[in-house]
Parts: sequence; structure tokens; C-alpha cells
Amino acid sequence: MVTGTTTLEAELLRVAGSVPDPELPVLTLQELGVLRAVHLRDADAVEVELTPTYTGCPALEAMSVDIERALHEHGIRDVTVRTVLTPAWSTDDITPEGRRKLREFGIAPPRVRRDSGPVALELGPTRTLTEETEPVRCPHCGSADTELLSRFSSTACKALRRCLACREPFDHFKEL
Amino acid sequence: MTTTVPTTAALALGDDALVLSHRLGEWAGRAPVLEEEVALANIALDLLGQARVLLSLAGDEDELAYLREERAFRNLQLVEQPNGDFAHTIARQLFFSTYQHLLYARLAAGDGPFAPLAAKAVKEVAYHRDHAEQWTVRLGDGTEVSHERMQRACAALWRYTGEMFQPVEGLDVEGEKLRADWLESVGDVLRRATLTLPEGPQSGAWTAGAGRQGLHTEPFGRMLAEMQHLHRSHPGATW
Repeated sequence: MVTGTTTLEAELLRVAGSVPDPELPVLTLQELGVLRAVHLRDADAVEVELTPTYTGCPALEAMSVDIERALHEHGIRDVTVRTVLTPAWSTDDITPEGRRKLREFGIAPPRVRRDSGPVALELGPTRTLTEETEPVRCPHCGSADTELLSRFSSTACKALRRCLACREPFDHFKEL
Repeated sequence: MTTTVPTTAALALGDDALVLSHRLGEWAGRAPVLEEEVALANIALDLLGQARVLLSLAGDEDELAYLREERAFRNLQLVEQPNGDFAHTIARQLFFSTYQHLLYARLAAGDGPFAPLAAKAVKEVAYHRDHAEQWTVRLGDGTEVSHERMQRACAALWRYTGEMFQPVEGLDVEGEKLRADWLESVGDVLRRATLTLPEGPQSGAWTAGAGRQGLHTEPFGRMLAEMQHLHRSHPGATW
């Protein structure tokens, strides 16, 4: 078993990391922060450590297949993708470049979490009235005047919001 | 770290997640509004992901999910209760997600075999709990009709809540402390929702429920039949 990160491992990590996310193809897996490591097990055999965004994320299998394909094309014969849960993925693992791309794609990026505790409870009768952290900005017009429509949106990792300035609805990559 | 996985506990927590996931999935196509359709399906998906990890700790996830008989399931009777009206679903969500959130937070803080999954899932469940609490307040403090339905739903499901605090082999959790924290949280939400904490039937309000021992309520068999029928009818089939 090889210990430490070799030059080849770093190169293979780059190759695997350049694979686009199947659900958010503007992001690479490296920018999403879900690729943990690539370990060389043999001259042409590697083990890849991948962590899910959400435990039930259905994109995980597609990610594994895409990583295998990318590494096969890079001359690696034997690729094993292993799912790791620890440490748990957080939206803080999305790189600054990834956040910029999300915004350009029309998805409000997650805010940086202050701590890893549970989400703040808002017991307003209908929609969110107060935001104790920085506001979620509209990815279209940049306005901070936005409201929550639903905590759950097109995928488990997003919430649905609406901009009160330009009236456009948009997805928000919610903090986890 | 290598720790022996306590199968009983893995099945208990995995079955809770699996069965509730299936129940929530039954709302697909019939939720009151589109946002709820999406929300309930997303919560179901989170739970299914947790179930897959937990059941895989105990054995083959597919065999466990699709080939066990009713008496072999170890889920709480609470999670197998039919969806009922939307208030029933929300009451079930409030009771269960509060329990699951408190439980996972405890497991995540330890270094047992469930710590990695719990540390991940506790963040997901925080959203489920928040969703249930907001709806409870909205319905309880809503119209006369929504208030009455929410109160009725809480009362109907109350008898299944005591089971959550019974000891589970392999789970290092202090049941009475968990119950106290749960009661405080749920009581607080119900108060804010202008609802009252149910008192429950005199005959063993806190002792009913034996899902953890494999004893289930009548609707569970029908749910399982639907959940397992495809897999059993076409063994080994692939897409």
C-alpha cells in the first residue's frame, strides 16, 4: 500500500475532480468538494474516496460511473470508488470558484455556516420573515430582497426562493 | 476504528427510516400543493438514503427491505401509521423528526458505529424537523378547521410516541432523558401552535407500541405488500 500523496495520485485526483456533477454540470466534483482522495493501490489500480452531499443523493452512482470512466480513459485499469461519510460533507466544502459558477448558473450559492449546529428554527406562520444571517441574494439581479417559498426544491440540496425585486423564482443551494 | 455493529439497533433505525420514507412517498401525486409534493418527496429521499446505509450495516439492503416478513421489521409503530389527512402526516413528522434529530445528535456526539451516519443525517433531519414544526404552527394557529384537525391528529398518534424512548439493544442512549427533551420540544411547538399536549388514554398511554419487537399494526402489512410486491414478483430483475 502506498502512503502519502504521490505525484501520480495528485494527477489522478485532478482527473477525477474535473468530472462534472451529473445534476449541476456547471460544477466539477472538485468544486463541489465531494472528492476526498485518490489512493494508488497498484501500478494501474486506484481507490477513490467519494462523499455524498446528502445521504440519499441519487447522483452518487452516476458520479462513480463518471469517475471510473475518466480514470479508465487516463489509463487506469482498475478503479474502485468507495463512499465515505466521515467527515460529513458540508456546503462549506464548495470552493469559491464553485460558488461563483453556481451564481452564474442562476442558483444562489450557500452562505458560509457559522457552526455545524442545527438550522435556526423560524416559526413564522407562513413564509420566512426574518433572516438572522446574511441575506440570500437573487442570482439574477443581485437583490437581497428575497423570500423563501419552500425549503425543498428540485433536488434535496436546494430550497426554492423568489426575488421580490425582479420577481424571478430561483433555487438556493441551502446550507448543510 | 472497527466496532461491531449492533444488528438490532441498525435494523431498528434503518426500518424507521425505510418505512417512513415509503409512507411519505405515498404522497407523490396527491400532496395539497406542489411545494409540499416536492418537500415530502425530498424528506422521503433523505430517509431512504439513511435507510440504505443503516440496513447495509445489518446485511444486504435489498434482501432486508424486500424479503423480510412483517414480524421481522423493527420499526416503530408510529412510522407505519397511514398518512391520514395532511395534519396526520405533519403530526407524525413532528413526533418522529424531533425524536430522530435528538437521537442522531446524541449518536453523532459519541464514537459508536452509528456516529458517521448520524453526524451526516442530523443535518438533514434538522430540515425535516423545521418543516414539521413550521407546519404544526401554521395549521394549529390557522383556521378553526385546521386547528381542530391538527389537534385530532396529535391525539390519534400520541399513543405511539412512548415506544421511541424504550431501550434498544446496542443504542447507548438514555431513554428518559431523551423523552424529557422530546416532551419539552414538542410541548413548546404545540403551545406556539395554540394546541394542547395530548394526555393519551389511561390504559398505558406510554406503553402501547411494540414495533421494535416485531409487532405491528394492521395497516403495516398492506404497506409492505405494496412495497415488496414488485421485487418479489420479479426476483433478480434489473432495469
